[in-house]
Amino acid sequence: MLDKLILYMGFPFVRYALIVGVLIALCSSLLGVTLVLKRYSFIGDGLSHVAFGALAIATVLQLTNKMIIVLPLTILFAILLLRKGQNAKIKGDAAIAMLSVGALAFGYLIMNLFPTSSNISGDVCSTLFGSTSILTLTKADVWACGILAVIVILIFILFYNRIFAVTFDENFANAVGTKVNLYNLLIATVIAVIIVLAMNLVGSLLISALVIFPALSAMSILKSFRSVTIFSAVSSMICALVGIIISILAGTPVGSTIVAVDCILFGVCYLIGRIKG
Amino acid sequence: MALLTARSLCVGYEGQAVLSEINFEINAGDYFCIIGENGSGKSTMMKTMLGLQSPISGSIEFGDGLIQNEIGYLPQQSVVQRDFPASVFEIVLSGCQNSLKKKFFYTKEHKALAMENIKRMGIEDLKDRCYRELSGGQQQRVLLARALCATKRVLLLDEPVAGLDPIVTEEMYQLIKQLNDEGLTIIMISHDMVAVKDYATRILNVNDMEGVSC
Repeated sequence: MLDKLILYMGFPFVRYALIVGVLIALCSSLLGVTLVLKRYSFIGDGLSHVAFGALAIATVLQLTNKMIIVLPLTILFAILLLRKGQNAKIKGDAAIAMLSVGALAFGYLIMNLFPTSSNISGDVCSTLFGSTSILTLTKADVWACGILAVIVILIFILFYNRIFAVTFDENFANAVGTKVNLYNLLIATVIAVIIVLAMNLVGSLLISALVIFPALSAMSILKSFRSVTIFSAVSSMICALVGIIISILAGTPVGSTIVAVDCILFGVCYLIGRIKG
Repeated sequence: MALLTARSLCVGYEGQAVLSEINFEINAGDYFCIIGENGSGKSTMMKTMLGLQSPISGSIEFGDGLIQNEIGYLPQQSVVQRDFPASVFEIVLSGCQNSLKKKFFYTKEHKALAMENIKRMGIEDLKDRCYRELSGGQQQRVLLARALCATKRVLLLDEPVAGLDPIVTEEMYQLIKQLNDEGLTIIMISHDMVAVKDYATRILNVNDMEGVSC
């Protein structure tokens, strides 16, 4: 088995997949804690569907670089969703549900109306579940992913204290003059970037898992924000690595394998948390 | 000069006045209580004082070099906080966020200040404990220590004893009294008429908005 692994490591596209996979896993886990605690878990889900719809548009337009459409649209909706949450005429969760099924339906509709290849269901399936697209990454994709990932990580580290403050207590932060709206906007934008990034890895239906599971695993056994953040980042990277290696060796779909590993880790952490009390 | 002056202040939401013609002065060292029943507009007034919403008319003026962002605020607990994985120290340290200014990270001085206020609240032994595992009274002390990191002069407490049992409530009042004796100006929102009478030096009753009684 080790021989097989070493053999595969000889191929550049496998190495690319590993690097990108681990970077994306790291990014997506960082804001997980904030999302879970702010009750925004579903925003990730809603946005991933928006990203799917945007991707459908980009596919129909036959753009070579789909990011040009997908990224701005997802960011726009992330900001809109957060705004809605604040002065809710339509309640936040209903707005997200509306948006996500709407985007999903329109995305599928557009792809069917203007088919660009003969295998529509294959296209749709790989956008939703990621399939093997990660193994077909080019060097340019890896660089793009790498740069975005580094930006996300830098933003998170620099604004770590503010993100903590805004997550723990918006009212207090507001009262002492922290620009809460600005940081919420920043958080929304970063989430959108992460979702677009992670879509390459696990497909749009499974992204939320990548964002939420590491955070939940960490939260069930650890007690400080810093340790929770570090643990979820590290465990997310390890799960992605293990998932990708298993998928290469066993020939399973990349995205769902990674998410399955994340699920197992969550189960273990939850049990440990329960036993420790 | 008064720290905080309200002049024919009118507060409310979206142009709808909840309370109007409010006039009061809060001086350094006061123990100022705002009492009223639920829905009487106390919270709206408090948000206006903190600058979270703007007054409909009239004004709140800050004097004696006090800046709005330098009020130490003890909010009521939110749902989010109940399962928040954060250590006591992390939370108290976040009280220093208004003195971060343009910096990204807390300095040694900030950490020392957080530690000092943890000691002041007598929760040293809880420093590394997880916030969600503490009792209601302990949690209030943590949030009070955080508020103290944000201010040197004025504390604004929003129903500080809500949900606490009678013994802990009494402890909390003693603690607040002690801070007042140490020279901090206290502004407290409450609907507990009886207790307030024992401690407050001045009371504003928003149920009968006639003005300040002493």
